[in-house]
Amino acid sequence: MAVTEQRSAGLDVARIRKDFPILERTVEGKPLVYLDSAATSQKPNQVIDAEADFYRNHNANAHRGIYLLAEETTELYEQARAKLAGFIDAPQPETIVFTRGTTESTNLVAYAWARKFLREGDEILLSEMEHHSNIVPWQLAAGATGAVLRYLPITDDGLLDLSDLGSYLTERTKLLAITGMSNSLGTLPPVRELADAAHAVGALVLVDGAQLVPHVPVSVADLDCDFLTISGHKMLGPTASGGLFAKLEHLEAMDPFLGGGHMIEEVFPDHSTWNEVPYKFEAGTMNLAQEVGLGAAIDYLEGLGMDAVREHEEEITAYAIDRLLGAGATIVGPKDVSVRGGAVSFWYQDIHPHDLATVLNEEGVAIRAGHHCSQLVMRRFGVPATARASFYVYNSNDEVDALVEALGKAESVFA
Amino acid sequence: MALDDIYKEVILDHYKNPRNKREMPDAELSCSKNNPLCGDEITVFVHEDDGKVLDVSFVGQGCSISQSSASMMTETVAGKARDEVEERIGAFRGMMAGEVEADEDAFGELVALKGVVKYPVRVKCAVLAWDVLQEALAGAGEAEGSARH
Repeated sequence: MAVTEQRSAGLDVARIRKDFPILERTVEGKPLVYLDSAATSQKPNQVIDAEADFYRNHNANAHRGIYLLAEETTELYEQARAKLAGFIDAPQPETIVFTRGTTESTNLVAYAWARKFLREGDEILLSEMEHHSNIVPWQLAAGATGAVLRYLPITDDGLLDLSDLGSYLTERTKLLAITGMSNSLGTLPPVRELADAAHAVGALVLVDGAQLVPHVPVSVADLDCDFLTISGHKMLGPTASGGLFAKLEHLEAMDPFLGGGHMIEEVFPDHSTWNEVPYKFEAGTMNLAQEVGLGAAIDYLEGLGMDAVREHEEEITAYAIDRLLGAGATIVGPKDVSVRGGAVSFWYQDIHPHDLATVLNEEGVAIRAGHHCSQLVMRRFGVPATARASFYVYNSNDEVDALVEALGKAESVFA
Repeated sequence: MALDDIYKEVILDHYKNPRNKREMPDAELSCSKNNPLCGDEITVFVHEDDGKVLDVSFVGQGCSISQSSASMMTETVAGKARDEVEERIGAFRGMMAGEVEADEDAFGELVALKGVVKYPVRVKCAVLAWDVLQEALAGAGEAEGSARH
């Protein structure tokens, strides 16, 4: 849609929107209002062009060929790794393993670390606000090792309930795996505080960065996490781009995840030895064009400045919560934008979220409706599903207005 | 596409005033299922005697499509022979898959749901109650009495 507002906090939204060709399309004859960036973000020309340029001009396999194209591909791929390391303030590029996103990254740790180091009775501490991708891999690992899962509860306000943290975090705890930003509630847990408490009892810390890394300036040094999972497609990058940050000592100690080409040093009939970190974890041909595209996405976000991105999202989220409450919606999650991000779950007039999303689609407004892969959260708040609007660098307050106006249409259908 | 294609009067009527939405404590057959996409849950109760489906009811929560479809289903299958009910389930699935032409003589009020065919994700909502009914009926072949899953 045409955005009248030129500037929101540090971002020139009207100019940013020109970089995203999809925002020019219409849905059901109406301008697209895309409010589902927590599911996947749209892509700027810079990313689309970088991926296309890779295929048009450089495509070969990385780390294998002797010829020029192969060298160019390797260089572009490794540049992307260095950009991702820089983006999260990692100490060196070798601490980044490319994966196809947070789900694969979590599974990598659940296989290569948890299955090697966890013993019966050890505990993995999660929270009730985790995405299924930060629950199910640990259930599988627990099944394989005899480890036990525990869950930090959620307060009525949608925050982590840390009042009894000491009883959850004990010498039995070997891993705290916690979201950096809840995809269903928007909550920003106090990750550093939790990491310090976990380290104090000797546990490692994995931060699910699916929603955190795209929206908030992140420094793994400041968070002091052992693992951080990163989704490329939620931060303007191509699908199947992303990675895992891990402290080097853990990558060295872990077993490989997938076996195959390039992850080996030498292969014998009965055993093999492993390539150096991070290649030990990168078996087979990787998502080369996608990671190169992710590098372009990082350039784009750094051009905007992540502080400005966060500032913009605080502003639009505050505006959205205000307007939704004013329209009579119930917000599921915290309302204070200093402790939350821009994924806003809500109920409106007892209209089922599925019905709401269908009516909104007729107005060109794309929101998510469902359990958001967070069934523990849905049960905690006694709802089968929620509607969720989520925001990114290209969203404007005008689009929040379009959302609220479309809610009025829904009310007229179901009144 | 107009919203009327999906939210027809008859759908909204069944949604707001669902028919046969009640527990049936003495049902011979029952089954519960949820739609993994949205977490909606539905339980269908069947009072069956001698190969005839005498009464069908449901409880649960869900969107207007799943609830109205369940409501219309209870009305359309009650009083029919078991194999006739199974035939209806197949025909309804055919309509929602866009394979069978929706004909008012054959489907009655259920024709109202044909607009949902254009929303592939919502088709699952429309067929949920029918899936549960079929599983409840299938339970009859396995054991005497209740087949609560």
